[in-house]
Amino acid sequence: MPRPADAATAGTRLLRFTRAERWVHRCTATLMMVCIVTAACLYLPQLAELVGRRRLLVVVHEWSGLLLPVPLLLGLASRALRRDLGRLNRFLPYDRAWLKAALRRSFRRRAGKFNAGQKLFAGWIAGAVLVMLGTGLLMWFTHLAPLVWRTGATFVHDWLALAIGIVIAGHLYMALGDPEARRGMRTGWVDRLWAVREHPEWEATEEEGEQPQVQGSNR
Amino acid sequence: MNDNAPPRGTPVGRRVLLGMLGLGAAGVAAGPVLSQAVNSVLSGIAAKDPTGLTALLPDSGGFEYYSVTGPVSAKSAADYRLTVDGLVDRPASYTLADLQAMPQVRIVHDVQCVTGWRVPKTPFEGVRLADLLEAAGVRQGGSAVHFTCFDGSYTESLTLDQARRDDVLVALKMQDKPVTHDHGGPVRLYVAPMYFYKSAKWLSGISVTPAVESGYWENYGYDVDAWVGKSNGRDDAPTS
Repeated sequence: MPRPADAATAGTRLLRFTRAERWVHRCTATLMMVCIVTAACLYLPQLAELVGRRRLLVVVHEWSGLLLPVPLLLGLASRALRRDLGRLNRFLPYDRAWLKAALRRSFRRRAGKFNAGQKLFAGWIAGAVLVMLGTGLLMWFTHLAPLVWRTGATFVHDWLALAIGIVIAGHLYMALGDPEARRGMRTGWVDRLWAVREHPEWEATEEEGEQPQVQGSNR
Repeated sequence: MNDNAPPRGTPVGRRVLLGMLGLGAAGVAAGPVLSQAVNSVLSGIAAKDPTGLTALLPDSGGFEYYSVTGPVSAKSAADYRLTVDGLVDRPASYTLADLQAMPQVRIVHDVQCVTGWRVPKTPFEGVRLADLLEAAGVRQGGSAVHFTCFDGSYTESLTLDQARRDDVLVALKMQDKPVTHDHGGPVRLYVAPMYFYKSAKWLSGISVTPAVESGYWENYGYDVDAWVGKSNGRDDAPTS
């Protein structure tokens, strides 16, 4: 199986994300932003004074939160997405080395299709969304559980929301600093040289195979 | 799934996910205790924090701003009116000065919101609702009071017996200052023994009705008789 690093030819492109994966990301990102914006308007006094409309915001927040896992669940029908979930799940020895290097701010980091930071983010945000969903349902359907549960759920929901806000801001910050990564998520294709530099251990499957620059420059 | 990689590696992603679920469950279980502990620390810091950022954190105490409509335009002493009508002998329209000229009562109780937050020992001052009803003269057949607000949407209701309690005020002052616009000023309702959604902000109308008409949140399932600790499935300590 060829790795990006094996290629001597520059200027070719690799398929990083299939159409299904890109749409799953797009829909999840949209729902997540709706959740965050409505949460801010419900929670931050300055925004609440500006926007008001509490009932509408609550309904939009509840439904966008409930729908948040749906794009990924539908996306499981895609073989490419399932394979990438497997890659995100599994840590190889170089992933530990990557984390250590990141902590030392060293740039000599080996990574597969996803680096260790992306793998940790994926696992964390998936767990966090499920916890927000569970605690959110306890707060939504107040007769579901006794009051102490609701108090505990509110506590977790509030603080985890803050943590998610910070982590998502970090996710956006990282994307902002890497136009090629953004292009990969927008068009599906990335430059081979970028892949060699950022993801040298990425073992591209046949579908992920390369395409000459001329055809691949579909922006 | 992962059919192309001979070394499969450790499933760290799955462990992180399950770890988050475990932490979440532990947080829900420990939440009631933890939120009080956090509150006792943060409310002290928030009181002294000049930036006000601490007050934005969860469990930092204080009032939250809730409004059911878009931005509410403010009313001043010049254009504020409170009407009293319905099944009464003498319908009336009060200016802010009229209300200020009536006997004022100051009471101090905890404020308890149905969503969980509680603000201890908050002074409210204003005219007893009972006095306004007395002045209007409730007619035969009147058994409840319906409140409307100048935000154009919010409504509330009390039975006549509840409305005549000593701890139900048409409040002009809150925390010993005129009620600010954000807190529902210049005039808001204050129903001390009930969850705070009963204390309608931006009060503009009091109407005596033959039966209780559900208020805004009550149409979405909140209890009409909203006694603190005895309604809405909650067991908070009574406030009055």
